[in-house]
Amino acid sequence: MNDKKHLSVSAIQNGTVIDHIPAQNLFKVISILGLDKIPNLITFGTNLESGHLGKKAIVKIADKYFERDEINRIAIVAPHAKLNIIKDYVVVEKMLVEVPDDIVGIVKCVNPKCITNFENVTPKFHVADKKNVSLKCHYCEKITDQEHMEYR
Amino acid sequence: MKNRSLVSINDLSREEIFRILDMAEEFEKNPSQRILEGKIVATLFFEPSTRTRLSFESAVNRLGGRVIGFSEASSSSVAKGESLKDTILTVANYSDLIVMRHPVEGSARYASEVSPVPIINAGDGANQHPTQTMLDLYSIRKTQGTLNNLKIVMVGDLKYGRTVHSLLMAMSQFNASFVFIAPKELQMPQEYKLFLKEMGLKYEEHTDLAENIKDADIVYMTRVQKERFSDPMDYEKVKNAYILRSCMLEGTKANMRVLHPLPRVNEINVDVDDNAKAYYFTQALNGVYARMAIMASILGLK
Ligand SMILES: Nc1ncnc2c1ncn2[C@@H]1O[C@H](COP(=O)(O)OP(=O)(O)OP(=O)(O)O)[C@@H](O)[C@H]1O
Ligand SMILES: [Mg+2]
Ligand SMILES: [Zn+2]
Repeated sequence: MNDKKHLSVSAIQNGTVIDHIPAQNLFKVISILGLDKIPNLITFGTNLESGHLGKKAIVKIADKYFERDEINRIAIVAPHAKLNIIKDYVVVEKMLVEVPDDIVGIVKCVNPKCITNFENVTPKFHVADKKNVSLKCHYCEKITDQEHMEYR
Repeated sequence: MKNRSLVSINDLSREEIFRILDMAEEFEKNPSQRILEGKIVATLFFEPSTRTRLSFESAVNRLGGRVIGFSEASSSSVAKGESLKDTILTVANYSDLIVMRHPVEGSARYASEVSPVPIINAGDGANQHPTQTMLDLYSIRKTQGTLNNLKIVMVGDLKYGRTVHSLLMAMSQFNASFVFIAPKELQMPQEYKLFLKEMGLKYEEHTDLAENIKDADIVYMTRVQKERFSDPMDYEKVKNAYILRSCMLEGTKANMRVLHPLPRVNEINVDVDDNAKAYYFTQALNGVYARMAIMASILGLK
């Protein structure tokens, strides 16, 4: 893996590589993690060929390591994402994202009569089904399923 | 429950439900106790209601407290575009407890998060109305002597009716079995049926009323509203099929009682009113005792 010539996105010495992001959700991942607001060196590639995802995207962030809770926030847009911890150009650890118990921000409540769609209230959900990712609104108690998920 | 808000019936454990019901029973025996003396309860009704607001206000008055508030949003600053948060923070300065009805779903949960004083949800749109559920439970226990192992027949609009949904959730804790009687447009949503299946509780679904109330312990009637039908012809076809008449009560169990959250339009014929099995007006009176108990327990007075 030290053969840097063959990396489709350039190598980093230390940091995190987030691999197996569905290409259409790349920018959601960037915004959920706030990568557009940090000073680190970041490179990304998208529409790369991937067996099971069709087109995947990959993000490489130099000198940044994530906390579990932080990274789990992307689970609803990139449930199969894999994190590679890079130290001195080498993958030293791999982590899979896990769907968390609660989701704050990120998703809009599907119920047009919900308070979160009326006033300046951050949507909060309890994850009702981790496998198919359906979310129960903390406020109106209605379910938002994968098919109706809209991001903020 | 001290200092806690009551937003959803799902927030109450079985033990808390029993505690409130026992306390309500005490209030029924002795409804004039001046334990709210010196307390101010705000009733904020952003949406009109007769029974709920008046029974809360009656409960506060009988317990010696005072009430401030409004009965429609047009007579408050909301009409000027004030946010719910600002209204709540302001009113919390003037009161010890806020009772709120608001058409937006989840508004009560949100209010409870921003308010320094406890909130009682008196209805947030189609979502929750926990004090109604408590008075229903009180009425059921009082008439049946128990909450356990009862057969509950629910009639009418089972699709949109939040009272039947909350009652179903609450009664599912007591090994109830259910019969759902509704036109096909207004049947019990799948999610509740799935829930009962998961709980291992029995339910049946029917479209005929008279045939299916013979072995009921409770017949819980609700209003079938014309607005719920996309085709007015469909409404015309079913509107008379869900009217309960006194003659239908023949052959039903002696302990059976007819409940209705009220207001009724025509779904219970007035000839039922004189039948000993009619319980809906007493049920509305029980609302005062249930609300006394809820307020007293939140304010830590009992
Ligand atoms: N030093 C590095 N700098 C930048 N990216 C790297 C570096 N080392 C590895 N990567 C990238 O991290 C990802 C995981 O690398 P790895 O060598 O584990 O590949 P893999 O065997 O395909 O892993 P997986 O099964 O997780 O897809 C790849 O996309 C790779 O391009
Ligand atoms: Mg790979
Ligand atoms: Zn919601």
